[in-house]
Amino acid sequence: MRAFTVLDGLVAPLDRANVDTDAIIPKQFLKSIKRTGFGPNLFDEWRYLDRGEPGQDCSKRPLNPDFVLNQPRYQGAQILLARRNFGCGSSREHAPWALEDYGFRAIIAPSFADIFYNNCFKNGLLPIVLSEEQVDQLFREVEATEGYQLHIDLPAQTVTTPGGTVFTFEIDAFRKHCLVNGLDEIGLTLQHADDIKAYEARRAQQAPWLFQNA
Amino acid sequence: MAAKTLYDKLWDAHVVRQNDDGSVLLYIDRHLVHEVTSPQAFEGLKLAGRKPWRVSANLAVADHNVPTTDRSKGIVDPVSRLQVDTLDENCREFGIVEFGMNDIRQGIVHVVGPEQGATLPGMTVVCGDSHTSTHGALGCLAFGIGTSEVEHVLATQTLVQKKAKTMLISVDGQVGPGITAKDIVLHIIGVIGTAGGTGYAIEFAGSAIRDLSVEGRMTVCNMAIEAGARCGMVAVDDKTIEYVKGRPFAPTGENWDKAVAWWKTLHSDPDAQFDAVVRIDAADIKPQVTWGTSPEMVLPVDAKIPNPFAEPDPVKQKSMIRALEYMGLQPGTPIQEIAIDKVFIGSCTNSRIEDLRAAAAVIKGRKKADSVKLAMVVPGSGLVKQQAEAEGLDKIFIEAGFEWREPGCSMCLAMNADRLEPGERCASTSNRNFEGRQGAGGRTHLVSPAMAAAAAIAGHFVDVRNF
Repeated sequence: MRAFTVLDGLVAPLDRANVDTDAIIPKQFLKSIKRTGFGPNLFDEWRYLDRGEPGQDCSKRPLNPDFVLNQPRYQGAQILLARRNFGCGSSREHAPWALEDYGFRAIIAPSFADIFYNNCFKNGLLPIVLSEEQVDQLFREVEATEGYQLHIDLPAQTVTTPGGTVFTFEIDAFRKHCLVNGLDEIGLTLQHADDIKAYEARRAQQAPWLFQNA
Repeated sequence: MAAKTLYDKLWDAHVVRQNDDGSVLLYIDRHLVHEVTSPQAFEGLKLAGRKPWRVSANLAVADHNVPTTDRSKGIVDPVSRLQVDTLDENCREFGIVEFGMNDIRQGIVHVVGPEQGATLPGMTVVCGDSHTSTHGALGCLAFGIGTSEVEHVLATQTLVQKKAKTMLISVDGQVGPGITAKDIVLHIIGVIGTAGGTGYAIEFAGSAIRDLSVEGRMTVCNMAIEAGARCGMVAVDDKTIEYVKGRPFAPTGENWDKAVAWWKTLHSDPDAQFDAVVRIDAADIKPQVTWGTSPEMVLPVDAKIPNPFAEPDPVKQKSMIRALEYMGLQPGTPIQEIAIDKVFIGSCTNSRIEDLRAAAAVIKGRKKADSVKLAMVVPGSGLVKQQAEAEGLDKIFIEAGFEWREPGCSMCLAMNADRLEPGERCASTSNRNFEGRQGAGGRTHLVSPAMAAAAAIAGHFVDVRNF
């Protein structure tokens, strides 16, 4: 996994609450058996005017000029600014894969859905929770200022605006450690293989039926 | 010893080790696998040269991509076919039990698990699917995971987890006639909101929940995720134990007695403390219909479409305006005047035998309205279909002009050929009314099976209590 430490990135604002994973990556693209290549179909139904199907050349499709990511000023954005309950709905990891493949490295919102939030960390994508007021302020600033960038410092747990305002954010210590170092969680867990085997031996005594049937 | 919630008991029984940062390594008893969220996990496993930790903990079934029409020709869409073939190959390679597309036991993974007794009380159950919360109805700790976690479970039989906060939702009293589990859970989501349960494990309790069948409880727990909670659960009682008894994967003999003794402890202690408590009066619940593009946008069938300009919260107001525009609805319109184009009875929320019985009871001897282009019934599994046919339910549906299909996820999320066309309006027994969920531009109204059946007959929403 790609490590995340410090990022200076262009911000794109997506001013909608409850953006669900069906909107982030519609179901027809979940048929892929790969982890990559979802970026061109990120927000497909909002981004294009035609119906998206797997295997299209997206560079030839008609863009919806009203959709925020299609505006020239937000091209190359690496930070997505969003509203409350971002990523609600299905557990599809294709959602963070699509955001990451598109070029986003961080998402700032007042709240995230649990499964999506968790999935982000497995893919080098940093979800940052700020207060409603702080997010409101960022929406006002980004919409007023072309080329608006934020400075994100994960080790320090801060977001700094161009005007010098510093917001701190909370993050779980283990997730931060994995993200800062780009660690493979499975490898870490397997260091505790003896503990897992000991648990199974203990549990098989108490609840043998769990280990006897397929 | 301090009083424990059901969630505490399930959690404590599965802690492998406590980590320094407060997280734990949590043991996973049952891993259910389907074709959409597993291929990249198997690929990751192979690339790292790893093997499944405990093969027998896994059970696989293809459900999202499978056709619901004639299966003798296989899957026509080559992309869907590749995904299902990939699951078959991965299961073969690693020796994982899989119910193939033409196996009578095939169906929606969340219907199949409990039906087979592969989901048992007291288990931790995970699946790369958010509706895994369904299995909590049996007194399980069951939650949806992403593909990276699917790989983690395959490789280690554990997950690194932090304990959630606990929420008790108690539905007290009795529901009125014609009110189903679906109405109860939609009402709950209307009260607490689509993010009301975020960060919580919800226990559903109270007399109205205890009165539900185990299948009804599955409908309620299924939609815990629509209230933002990764898991919902219901305490084990005699109904739970009766439900499990004799199922293919259930324990027998001495093990059965031992299991039952433990299962009977799987309830919250009387003085257990929850981080949040929500009390709902069952008598307040009417048949529910969603009107917008989030499950919290829900109203009783006798209500009118709300006016966004009466909403003080600017973020909510904006969502409402957009939802009404997408749904093609005007404020003030009575819900019962909304005409529908299609009806879908199915999904992991409402495709079990009791759901099909409830729908068939409403339509028996009636015909679907001519204005309804398609009404389809998609049983949750081959065994549900077989049972329904043994009871003659298929004939009731077919005579009323419904299509009787093969089991799968179907038009709940439209990954197969079943979908809405742009602008089409559907009365659906599924769980999500998001934009485009049932097909790009499609408009979904979530309802109970009985309400969907009544809408199919009338051509618009009606109050099933007076139908």
